[in-house]
Amino acid sequence: MTSLLEQPGYDEEKLQMVAEQLLCREDQAGLLLSLMGQPQQYCYPSIFIYGHQASGKSHVMHVMLKELELPHAIISCVECVSSSLLFELVLFSFFGSEASSLLPRSPSLSDFVRIYRQQCLQAPATQTRYIVMEKAELLRDADANLLPALLRLQELDNVSVILLSEISWDKFRPNTGCFEPLLLHFPDYSKGDLHQILSQDSHPKYSDDFYSSYINILLGVFYTVCRDLRELRHLVRHTHTHTVKETDTHKLWRNIEPHLKKAMQTVYLREVSSVQWEQMQQMEEKEAGALRGLSAHTHVELPYYSKFLLVAAYLASYNPARTDRRFFLKHHGKIKKTNFLKKNEKTSNHLLGPKPFPLDRLLAIFYSVVDSRVAPTASIFSQISSLVTLQLLTQVSHDDQLDAPKYKCAVSLDFICAISRTVNFEIVKYLYDFL
Amino acid sequence: MSTTSVSKGCFVFKPNAKKKRSLTAEDYFTGCSGRAENSKVRFGICQNLWDRIKSETEALQDELNRNVLDSLLDLARKCSSTHRSSDWASKMRASEIPTAALVLGVNVPDHDMTFQSLSELLQQSVTPHVASVQANECATLKHLMKKVLEKLTGAVVDEEDDDEEETEQMSAQLHRSAHCSFSTLCDWYNTKTRKSSSGTPGKKRSSPSKDEPPRPPVVIIFKDLEAFNPKVLQNFILICSLYIERLPLMFIFGIATSPSTVQHMLPHSVSSLLCIELFQSLSCTQHLATVIDKLILTPQFPFKLNAKVMQVLISIFLYHDFSVRNFIKGVQLALLEHFHSRPLSVLCCEKKEAVQNLLQLSHQDLERVRQLPSFKRYVEELDRQEQVSLSSDDGHLKDVCLKLIKKLHKYHKNYYPVLRCLHTLTCSLPRYPLGKQIRELHLICLESNVWESEDYQSALKLLKMLAKDELISLLQKCAEILQAVKSKKMKRAFVQLEELLDKFKQLDTAAETVSSVEEIVTSPVRNLQKKTDLFQLQKTLLEMNESRRSKRLSPFEVLRNEALEFIEGLVKNHLFPPESQTLYEVCYYSSSATVRRHLNATPRTSVQAALSSPYYYIQNDKLKAEDGSVSNAAPDICIAYKLHLECGRLINLYDWLEAYSTVVSAAEGKDPDSEDFGKVDEVKHARFIRAVSELEFLGFIKSTKQKTDHVARLTWGGC
Ligand SMILES: Nc1ncnc2c1ncn2[C@@H]1O[C@H](COP(=O)(O)OP(=O)(O)O)[C@@H](O)[C@H]1O
Ligand SMILES: [Mg+2]
Repeated sequence: MTSLLEQPGYDEEKLQMVAEQLLCREDQAGLLLSLMGQPQQYCYPSIFIYGHQASGKSHVMHVMLKELELPHAIISCVECVSSSLLFELVLFSFFGSEASSLLPRSPSLSDFVRIYRQQCLQAPATQTRYIVMEKAELLRDADANLLPALLRLQELDNVSVILLSEISWDKFRPNTGCFEPLLLHFPDYSKGDLHQILSQDSHPKYSDDFYSSYINILLGVFYTVCRDLRELRHLVRHTHTHTVKETDTHKLWRNIEPHLKKAMQTVYLREVSSVQWEQMQQMEEKEAGALRGLSAHTHVELPYYSKFLLVAAYLASYNPARTDRRFFLKHHGKIKKTNFLKKNEKTSNHLLGPKPFPLDRLLAIFYSVVDSRVAPTASIFSQISSLVTLQLLTQVSHDDQLDAPKYKCAVSLDFICAISRTVNFEIVKYLYDFL
Repeated sequence: MSTTSVSKGCFVFKPNAKKKRSLTAEDYFTGCSGRAENSKVRFGICQNLWDRIKSETEALQDELNRNVLDSLLDLARKCSSTHRSSDWASKMRASEIPTAALVLGVNVPDHDMTFQSLSELLQQSVTPHVASVQANECATLKHLMKKVLEKLTGAVVDEEDDDEEETEQMSAQLHRSAHCSFSTLCDWYNTKTRKSSSGTPGKKRSSPSKDEPPRPPVVIIFKDLEAFNPKVLQNFILICSLYIERLPLMFIFGIATSPSTVQHMLPHSVSSLLCIELFQSLSCTQHLATVIDKLILTPQFPFKLNAKVMQVLISIFLYHDFSVRNFIKGVQLALLEHFHSRPLSVLCCEKKEAVQNLLQLSHQDLERVRQLPSFKRYVEELDRQEQVSLSSDDGHLKDVCLKLIKKLHKYHKNYYPVLRCLHTLTCSLPRYPLGKQIRELHLICLESNVWESEDYQSALKLLKMLAKDELISLLQKCAEILQAVKSKKMKRAFVQLEELLDKFKQLDTAAETVSSVEEIVTSPVRNLQKKTDLFQLQKTLLEMNESRRSKRLSPFEVLRNEALEFIEGLVKNHLFPPESQTLYEVCYYSSSATVRRHLNATPRTSVQAALSSPYYYIQNDKLKAEDGSVSNAAPDICIAYKLHLECGRLINLYDWLEAYSTVVSAAEGKDPDSEDFGKVDEVKHARFIRAVSELEFLGFIKSTKQKTDHVARLTWGGC
């Protein structure tokens, strides 16, 4: 196994350590190592590593750079809200805080290059420096010149940039052209790989064999729905409490399976937090049923008029405006049902989703559905904006537009039915789709 | 003013702050109502009452939230301890960020207090590092990071002397590095924890592994989760999860709607980084119920609201905002208005104080007493001589008032316990004839004699149908209520009720003998089942009815009727509406219109009122016009408004100008026959344009491209 990780210039023992930690990624690690060459040799200017979530991209880079003690900067692009933070972090990790403090207030790329050069003269690289950019796909939203510059940063000094991404390079390439990085794909772990990796961190209490068969059972249940290593770890952690009771490998399967199935509906979906799950395990079977997941709580208490405003908004969003006369005018006699129902309109409005409506229409419907006379007070209007902040309505027009704001209703049919039931309003009778 | 400067220039002099004494609340209070010499006393009482109400409600809120807050604190404590353990489990733990989802309900204005006490408690007992952020200050990720960092690092107070310098340095550094990152926060956190642990010099670093510095969690509170931009929140959580190893972070999400919003806002990849626990706070209706219970349904506070005002406040709560804070604000408004506008409110205080204040009343105030409707009613009942002496002799009036005030206090003392008793008896009856909540019953009693209402009658009927043990347990609860009251009448009532309950118990022991009697009574029903003939059936049914009517009541029924009569007696003696009490005006605030106007403003109606009848606002007699029309001399905008009401959807600007000019010329008193009457001169033109643009600003018209020289009306309806 370790034969793959052979490279002159590195400590044998350290390479051994790396290999131990990179189960099932030996190929990729070996390839990377050969690309990197000896510490003082130049590496390829930029390497683009892509693969699905939890395919070990970050893990491989972290382990290699840390264990081999190479100078590096690991930067998450999520954190770099602006490029100046990126520059600062790079300078800081290579040259210390004095260098990063040289940056002007809002530094441009050329500021960065200038200071980097300057620092390189004082402290030239004895070993290749590595900049690892996690979640590199976010670089596409950054300044247009940043990505091309990073790809050619080696022109400054002995430095290599390694981009980690879940998206393939084709979706990255700037249309102005740029230096092409070396592409490296991390394939998903196979079931066997997952088994091997998960078995690695066996619980001290069990024999390796027992633990391994436990992992096998777990993968049998979950592999079809989830192949994400991190999620599987999460599940292992939360189901192992049951294995503690068992010692016999054969009995294990029978006893553990129902628990795994239950875990699939709860912990895996994070319906129930890990702590609550632990509590559930300790509780009696019957009580455990009482603990409801997050999505079970959908009920919302609202003030009376807010309920009607929401109902009115729902009607305005899902009924065509021309049908308002039919629904809300007392004497709509003349409009016949036949010409009112357009034949060609077969698609349900509920399939099309909510449509925006102006404030006027909302209020007009509101005043006709609410059963008492309501003064147009300030609090009626402020309730509309409260509903917007509660995300039950969404404002479609821009915030600044005071003139005729437009809204959309953002609640589901079930939700609005529950709400209208509490105020004795039969909403289905007023919905065009259910006519 | 002179300066010591040699150069010439412009100098800014700040006004000397000490010279201008700003007006205190008291000055406003006494100044405006003027004259009345007792306004100072009233202000004192009012202030005192408000302070009591405020502290009471705050204590109440803390009390109500205690459970939730305690469990939140536990979570925070736990999360600081688990971060250190290094066993297998914690190694396996995907580094989740502990998160509390705190569901608070849609009454967002109330949340501030909860968060306030939450962060205070956290700072006192768990960690000094608490930052709470609000969505409106964090529109972007950058802002959010900045806010969190500022709040965490800026709020820290060091034990050392040079803390000010340090925080300044800190903030300087933050500002210098334009973008704050979490790594700065980590550094800051490390220096903080290290410093606080090395602060105790007694412990030497003999065992470095055990003597690890305490790592209090860093708590970030998102006050209004729904209002945050989901993208910003997601990225922020992603960043935090990168640092969770180095920084013991913890989140608290304030959720107004339902916990499922977390799932709507965060994709699985992000929510899997969190370990969410759910906390449900008390519902706002329950909160209101306790507030009403402690604040309003008690003789403790002499200040009272009448039925209409209560109704307004409660309906604002139920229909509009669900906010307990606003409800209390409403009570405060009523309180201020009462003490400010009613000179006789000096008597609205504790009995002793009221007696004292009564003796101080001036002649003028006593005249006011004589004018009170309730007092007039009282006087009418008296004989001639007494009437005369009351209207002429101030001393005698004071004596009588003393008695009346004492009587009013006694009335309140008995009213609330009896109200509670009646509520306990009726609150669980089917279909709640007298309301489910005690406030509903209170409103009924405030408005009229409750025993005359139909609902009361049906409630009594339902009570008569209760099973024995149900009735007994209800009566026992009533007895408990009465027992706690320190009033002679209630004490006596308690004794009576106890006697009744004893009799019920004796009934139990005699039950065996009764059961045999019942056997005989119920037997016809059994016979009934055997008969199939219709005529026979009817006959037996009739017989049964008759026998029941004539039948003597069972001992339980007798006793039950006795108990209910006793309750009815209490109700009739103590639950009459306050309006029946003489001098009730002193304690009861009754101007519901004022409260409504202040709390539930109708901006559009007021604008329209101002435009169509400017007299109400300007109070200029010249503008007073009969039959609601606008006088010629009204402000330009009123005239323009009035004229535009006569137009259709599109208004011809030139016609409008002509009409305006004619009206204004008439106001100037020009001779209608003269040649330049109604002629548009430059000044009129300018005034008209200004009026039109003001109307546009107020949203009555807008420019349109449909027709040249026209504007569109935005409101319906004409004059
Ligand atoms: N070969 C491996 N051996 C052990 N653990 C691994 C391996 N690959 C990935 N992991 C673990 O799986 C998790 C996810 O891996 P990560 O490198 O973050 O994935 P990616 O960056 O591709 O999304 C990490 O906690 C990591 O420690
Ligand atoms: Mg990664």
